[in-house]
Parts: sequence; C-alpha cells; structure tokens
Amino acid sequence: MSHEYVSHTKRIWFVFALLSVVTTVEVILGIYKPGILEFNHFIGLNLLNWIFYILTIYKAYYIVWAFMHMEGEKSSLRWSVVSTVIFLVLYLLFILLTEGHYIFEVFKNSTIKWNF
Amino acid sequence: MEATVTTANNEEKTWGGGNEPLGASYGKMMMWYFIVSDALTFSGFLAAYGFSRFKFIETWPLADEVFNHFPFMHGVPAPMYYVALMTFILIFSSVTMVLAVDAGHQMKKNKVAVYMFLTIIGGLIFVGSQAWEWKNFIKGEYGAIETKGGSLLQFVDKDGKRVALADFAVKLPEGREALTRDKGKWFMSDAETLPTYSVAEVQAGFKAHPELLVRTEKLTEKKQKTILTREESEARLSQAHYVVEGANLTRNEYGNKLFADFFFFITGFHGFHVISGIIINIIIFFNVLLGTYEKRKSYEMVEKVGLYWHFVDLVWVFVFTVFYLV
Repeated sequence: MSHEYVSHTKRIWFVFALLSVVTTVEVILGIYKPGILEFNHFIGLNLLNWIFYILTIYKAYYIVWAFMHMEGEKSSLRWSVVSTVIFLVLYLLFILLTEGHYIFEVFKNSTIKWNF
Repeated sequence: MEATVTTANNEEKTWGGGNEPLGASYGKMMMWYFIVSDALTFSGFLAAYGFSRFKFIETWPLADEVFNHFPFMHGVPAPMYYVALMTFILIFSSVTMVLAVDAGHQMKKNKVAVYMFLTIIGGLIFVGSQAWEWKNFIKGEYGAIETKGGSLLQFVDKDGKRVALADFAVKLPEGREALTRDKGKWFMSDAETLPTYSVAEVQAGFKAHPELLVRTEKLTEKKQKTILTREESEARLSQAHYVVEGANLTRNEYGNKLFADFFFFITGFHGFHVISGIIINIIIFFNVLLGTYEKRKSYEMVEKVGLYWHFVDLVWVFVFTVFYLV
C-alpha cells in the first residue's frame, strides 16, 4: 500500500477551499436572508432552505468522498454504506415530518387550545 | 499485529480468512459500519427535531435571535458569525487529519505527529467554543414570562427592540428567597433557585413603563415574532405565571420548551463525540510518537480514527444547517 502511493495534498487543499467557500456562502445567505428566496416556496419548502439543504449535501459529499476517501474504496463498500444511510434517513424523515405536520394541523384546527 | 492490519491477501484460499470482499481491512470496514449506525442515531435526533419543529412551526424560536453572541462584542447582535467560526475550526481540523492520513501513507512519522497534534488542538478549540455557546445559552440575555397556558411572552420597546427584564422590573419589598434545606424542614425545599424577579415585580414594572409591548411566540407572514398592542399586552401579561431566565431542560426564555431540550441534546451528543474523538486522537498521537505504526509498517490506524473524526465534522455540517441556518 505504501509503495507507489500518490499524495493527495493538492486535492485536500482544494476540497478545503471548496468547503470554506460553500460555508461562507451559507453564512452570508443566513445573515441577509434575501426576501425573494425566503418567501417563495417550492414543494412546501422556501427557496432559501432548499439552497441550504443542497449546499449541505454538497459539502457532505466532499467530506465523505475526499476526506474519508470513499472515492478510493470498492464500489461494494461504497454502496453498502451510502445507500443504507440515504434510504433509511429519507424514510425516517418522510414519516416523522409528515406526522409532525399532521399534528400541527390538528392543533391548529381543533377546538382545544394548546397554548394561550 | 495481524489482528489489527490485514497485510496478507491470499487469493488461493477463499475461505481461509484474510481476504477482503469489500477491499478494506476488518478494522476499517467496521469503522465504516459503526459510522453508518452512528449516522442513523444522529439522523434520528435531527428527524425528531424536525418533527417537533413541524409540530410547532408557527411558534418556533428564531435561531438568529438566540445565537447572536460573539466574544468581546457584548451587546452587539452578531448572528451566525460565531458558529461559522466554529464550523471553520472543525473543517480545518478535518483537513489536518486527512493530511496526517496522507503523510501516514508515505510513512512520514514526524509529519503524521505534527498533523495529529494540530487536529487535537482544533478539536479542543471547537469543544471550548461550544462550551462558551452553551454558557451564553444557559445564562440568557433578556428573560421572559411564561403564561398559565404555557406560552412565552417577551418584551420589546416601541421600535421592536428587545428589552431585558432587568431594565424595567421594579423591586417590591415582598422578596421571597428560595427555600433551601437548611432553612426549613427536611421535606421542604424549592426545586430550583428562584428567578431574580417575581411575576408581580415584572407586572408592576410593565405598568410603570407605558412604552413597553409584549411580543408573543407566534410568527407573522414575514417570519417575525408578533408584537401586540399595549392593551393586548396588558391582557396577556395578567395571565403571567412564571418568570423565565436563561435556559434549562424545563423551560427557556427563547420560546418553545423543546427548543432548548433539542439544543442541549443534539449539540451535547455531538460535543460528546468530539470529546471522545479528541481522546482517541491523543492515544493515536502518542502511538505515532512511540513508533508503534512505524514498527507495524502501516499507519492504517490513523486512517481509521481519521474516518471517525471526519464523521464528527460531517455531523456538524448537518447540525449547523438544521439548527442555525434553516
């Protein structure tokens, strides 16, 4: 393994720069919160939050692929780790968020006040 | 040595052990699966947070108003900056970690040691920052009133700027002290220390300051908290039940009770991961210095703890988004 190993230093610094830029963009958007993004919705989520989630997943991809060096692993390992997590997380989020939203509606429309 | 690093890969003996179907050694593969299970634990927490937030979507606290402290900038609202700094620190410690792994592949012992050391320092700074954030969160800044129905009232002036209880509450001579064990019978004691002001003191102070208004938890169309008129404010304040200062697991001055619970639990669990990561990194750091991996002719152990450390960074990326941005 140690022989003929090529150093990844250049790529590491590139990924670091990329993650820093993405984080900076997130922070700037988080501070200024442009109204056009915040008050326009796309499938129940406002555009600003869409951007935040997409950038988060973009960062996560680089951390896992470059830093954790998933790109160098066999595809069998890659699939067994990544697809499991993605499937279960989406499933969990779908169930819990749907339920949370439903309970919100019940509280909102019922005759009993919960918070006054 | 063979127990920790698989070096032999004998393809002729398929069932004889030593071969790696996933192309990773036993330890590394298991670290990956540990990360899978840990990732699911964190997802469970974050999904539960999302559940509660969806449930109280119209009254959830605004992160910008809660996390707006920066060291040496007292009273200046600085949302996001501090947590952004923490994020950079953690990303940078991830970079030094991956550089340590890279140096390990090239069998450069000193370089590995230096980078491991920097990673440990970065982790310590991060945990320290988190402690400071917790301190501010627990201490609180303005204080609030909880009504009989469990909703939270905050105070603002005419311009909608937050006003602290200390700025307007009057001192009444009633002054009840928290009952401690040494002052009463053995079965008599208050569960917690009393707030600085009583409900009556806040109400009297509010009456004496006609410019003050009450702000409720409810979010408006523009995602701001609703500010009541003076008459409505007085009516709401008459239902006051409890003075809330700072945050604990029971109530917090920022809004929904669950907000503080999730904050403590999720950032706390993440902080616990960082601390255990630092401890593991220190152990590996000393092993590097002692030349353990030099003798083993493989720095794979550094790679394994590196995986864990990056995972901690990965979780923070999500916590950062979910708690502070969205």
